[in-house]
Amino acid sequence: MSTAGLGDDAVHARFPELFDDRLGTRVKRWAPWLIGIAYVVFCIWLFDLSLAKLITGLDRMWIVVRSMIVWNDFWTWDFAGIFNGLFETLAMAFMGTLIASILAVPLGFLAAANVVRVGLFRHAVRRVLDVLRGVDQLIWALMYVRAVGLGPLAGVLAIVTSDTGTLAKVYSEAVENVDKKQLDGVRATGAGTLQLYRFGALPQITPVFLSLSLYFFESNTRSATILGIVGAGGIGLQLSERMRANLWDQTAFIILLILITVALIDHLSRLIRERFIGRRSL
Amino acid sequence: MATMSATAAGDPVATFERHYAEVTTQRRRRSLLFWAIFLVVLGVAIDVSTFFPERLAEGLPKIGGYLYDTLPVLRPEHLFADVETEGSLAYWYFNLPKYAGLLFTTINMALFSTLLGAIGALLLCFAASRNLAPNWWIFTISRRFLEFCRAVPEIVFALIFVYAFGIGPAAGVLAIAIHSAGALGKLFSEVNENVDHGALDGVRAAGGNWFEEMRYGVLPQVWPNFLSYIWMRLEINIRASSIIGFVGGGGIGQELHYVISFNYYEEVSAIVILIVLTVTCTDLISERLRHRAIGRENLV
Repeated sequence: MSTAGLGDDAVHARFPELFDDRLGTRVKRWAPWLIGIAYVVFCIWLFDLSLAKLITGLDRMWIVVRSMIVWNDFWTWDFAGIFNGLFETLAMAFMGTLIASILAVPLGFLAAANVVRVGLFRHAVRRVLDVLRGVDQLIWALMYVRAVGLGPLAGVLAIVTSDTGTLAKVYSEAVENVDKKQLDGVRATGAGTLQLYRFGALPQITPVFLSLSLYFFESNTRSATILGIVGAGGIGLQLSERMRANLWDQTAFIILLILITVALIDHLSRLIRERFIGRRSL
Repeated sequence: MATMSATAAGDPVATFERHYAEVTTQRRRRSLLFWAIFLVVLGVAIDVSTFFPERLAEGLPKIGGYLYDTLPVLRPEHLFADVETEGSLAYWYFNLPKYAGLLFTTINMALFSTLLGAIGALLLCFAASRNLAPNWWIFTISRRFLEFCRAVPEIVFALIFVYAFGIGPAAGVLAIAIHSAGALGKLFSEVNENVDHGALDGVRAAGGNWFEEMRYGVLPQVWPNFLSYIWMRLEINIRASSIIGFVGGGGIGQELHYVISFNYYEEVSAIVILIVLTVTCTDLISERLRHRAIGRENLV
């Protein structure tokens, strides 16, 4: 605003950096863009994203999209299989979350600094959890399918494996965040160790644990939909079978079904959390 | 209320006791109902997911055996011997040059798809913010589009793109980019909805059109938040690009899928360890960068 009445020279004098057109400054100004463009060109070469490939690809995409919109022979589709798969996905997510939650409770306590004072042991537990968490759920699923065969059991075990790692970690953080004052209050009434945990720590921990588990059930319904793509049961199996057979109309139907189910579960679990656990612990 | 007033004149302790008993029964009934529903759901879930004890008893040892089989045979006396000697590290990782190349592709897939996704999100996020969208139609369409991109898993997009563009990293990159655009677009537009409108009004007063308002009024305010979300997404995409190859989307996942399918046990562990190392390294680096950024903010 203060430059409104100034002449050109005065503006130049006040903001020299805006009018500095020496080579060095210009290079500095354009270098990020040049590097960015060079990187994009490099990636186009690396991933072989040639124009011809894109055009033929878009052509084929158009075929897919068109047959996704036009649903042929709707009433002859295998609805029993599709809804069974959806049901299986929900069951896998439920079983996986439940068992992972049960396994994660003792592990969570073992990984908490205020429970286990021996650093070496605690760190050992944590590293094991890191490995469980570090390997993606889909990799576990793929390995379990080789070990126990196709079907939902492999999916449940994959969810259990990776979620035990994650849940135990967040549980241990919840245990570490227990409010000391409440424990002191219970101790002041003359409680023993067991009563101290039962009435001092447990009421603080349980709502957090429950709400975390519910949240994981939500996210597991999402991930369980794709476990079937590698053969671990559920709706993903139905989906990938139809995609490999190029039945795009049924594919679109299943994707829609998945989206609706996930949205419903999200809504339901939010309701449950707010109703029974309260907003506080979220 | 009627019972309250009737007994108000009577024994207050009795009133309290009765009330307490009522509340307790109600509570007990409710938790009984909860457990009944829970048990029914559990029974159905066990049945549907075939999670039976005998299958578990049969399956768990197999999993243990499988994981044991993937472990390499390492002999301490030959540990640092050459590729030819069985029991050496080099023998285990004889395919390392190939893996390194695939890891390089995977990391670039993550970088490039994050870049593409961020550009897509950046283009759509202003139209998808309730307070900035020019009109209701543009807002709804762009918002729903972003939600769709976010809700469909990247691996499903990848399956479609593998059909359209053929097997290879191109399909994987596009799939991850679209999913990222949806996820980032939603986060971006949430940031936009909390923007300070003073700067926008200033740009409009100076004669700027809608695009100039977004570029000079909104972007400078939200850019730091955008950057941190993009960085977070990069971490997620490194994981995603390491598994997108399972359906033919290129990268190290494709090799992992291959060695698992053909039971090349020792190579399975070799690749999984490499993936875990890559993911852990990016997590550590980003944590360090974040701490540095936060530290700098605190100093200023």
